[in-house]
Amino acid sequence: MGDILELAARYREEGADELVFYDITASPDGRSVDRSWVRRVARLLDIPFCVAGGIRSVADAEAVLAEGAEKISVNSPALADPDLIDRLSGRFGAQCVVVGIDSQTADGEFLVYQFTGDPTRTRNTARRTIDWVQEVQQRGAGEIVLNCMASDGVRHGYDLPQLKAVRAVCSVPLIASGGAGAPEHFADVFNQAAVDGALAASVFHSGNIAIPDLKRYLRDAHIEVRP
Amino acid sequence: MSRLAIIDSGGANIASLQFAIERLGVEATLTTDPSKLAAASHVILPGVGAAADCMARLEALNLTDTIRSLRQPLLGICVGMQLLFEGSEEGDVACLGILPGRVRRFPNLAGMPVPHMGWNQLNITRPTPLLTGLTADDYVYYVHSYAAPVSTDTVATTDYSNRFSAAVQRDNVFGVQFHPERSARPGALILANFLKV
Repeated sequence: MGDILELAARYREEGADELVFYDITASPDGRSVDRSWVRRVARLLDIPFCVAGGIRSVADAEAVLAEGAEKISVNSPALADPDLIDRLSGRFGAQCVVVGIDSQTADGEFLVYQFTGDPTRTRNTARRTIDWVQEVQQRGAGEIVLNCMASDGVRHGYDLPQLKAVRAVCSVPLIASGGAGAPEHFADVFNQAAVDGALAASVFHSGNIAIPDLKRYLRDAHIEVRP
Repeated sequence: MSRLAIIDSGGANIASLQFAIERLGVEATLTTDPSKLAAASHVILPGVGAAADCMARLEALNLTDTIRSLRQPLLGICVGMQLLFEGSEEGDVACLGILPGRVRRFPNLAGMPVPHMGWNQLNITRPTPLLTGLTADDYVYYVHSYAAPVSTDTVATTDYSNRFSAAVQRDNVFGVQFHPERSARPGALILANFLKV
């Protein structure tokens, strides 16, 4: 717990524009979980943040938002119950509702994967990513985080072809995830895939890329970023 | 010492505003009680979600006339700012009508995703105590699909698809379309400025 508050404060000071917290303590069987950490983070942060993981109902989302989060992100539960997106968007507005999508190429198409948090349960849903991106927007998603699984953790750059294909059918904010390893990867994904944001974890946690340096690099590359 | 009242407009994440006020060392009362609003030195009208839902809630609480009659500084945030206008295209709803004009949805344009979400600079068009100390280099955080057009009440604009009112002021009534509670130091400065009005 001390760790995430320290990390949140560090990223706030370094100039991160938004933070996403993946709640790995969220109980997979839907038992009530302790969300008090959300409130401690919300007290500390003066930038927007999103909570992902364990949100399966309007009541779950309500609890997280009441603790002070701006947005909630749903992934596997939305695949199991797509109407969840309509209910969340109807209750809180599209601007609150992020849909996370784990996707990779299989059989020559981009396909959606479910339960990627647990390697023993990860499965190919056989849903085409392009179809799912369109469906979640119709259902009221206000933002899509596309995690390109083949690039994730490899640090060889974002999956530009896949992100470009999704961008073409995505009229809500699109956030790229998976693959960031160097400052030029961020420039590439903004310039070539026209995403609205780029998400990264390990390169920032490890200190391999310092956010102020990255922002300076992007500004020099004529990409507008908040200082 | 300001006695700040925040109108409990029913948004699910009023907590983030309360925490921002707390970081300024100010105590705020979250209330729907007209007498508490009347007794406050400053009032904030937050709003998240759909304009029609927020208006329905204010009407059900019999707060619309109370809000219209406030003479102390009033700050509408995001949908709370939109409610200050005559009406909104969102749900085709009549709003408080304190400020003239009608809130409209962003057009669907290629390369301009809606909701508009993210950090933008403010173009300050008219001096206002609300934005004292802010410069053109300051960024504020937006998340919205609807916005008020530029009018004589506009004190700052932002460009996204078109130019819209980022902040407005008419006498004691202020509004900001962005979220000062999530806009880092510039946002904290704006909230502190409001409490000094």
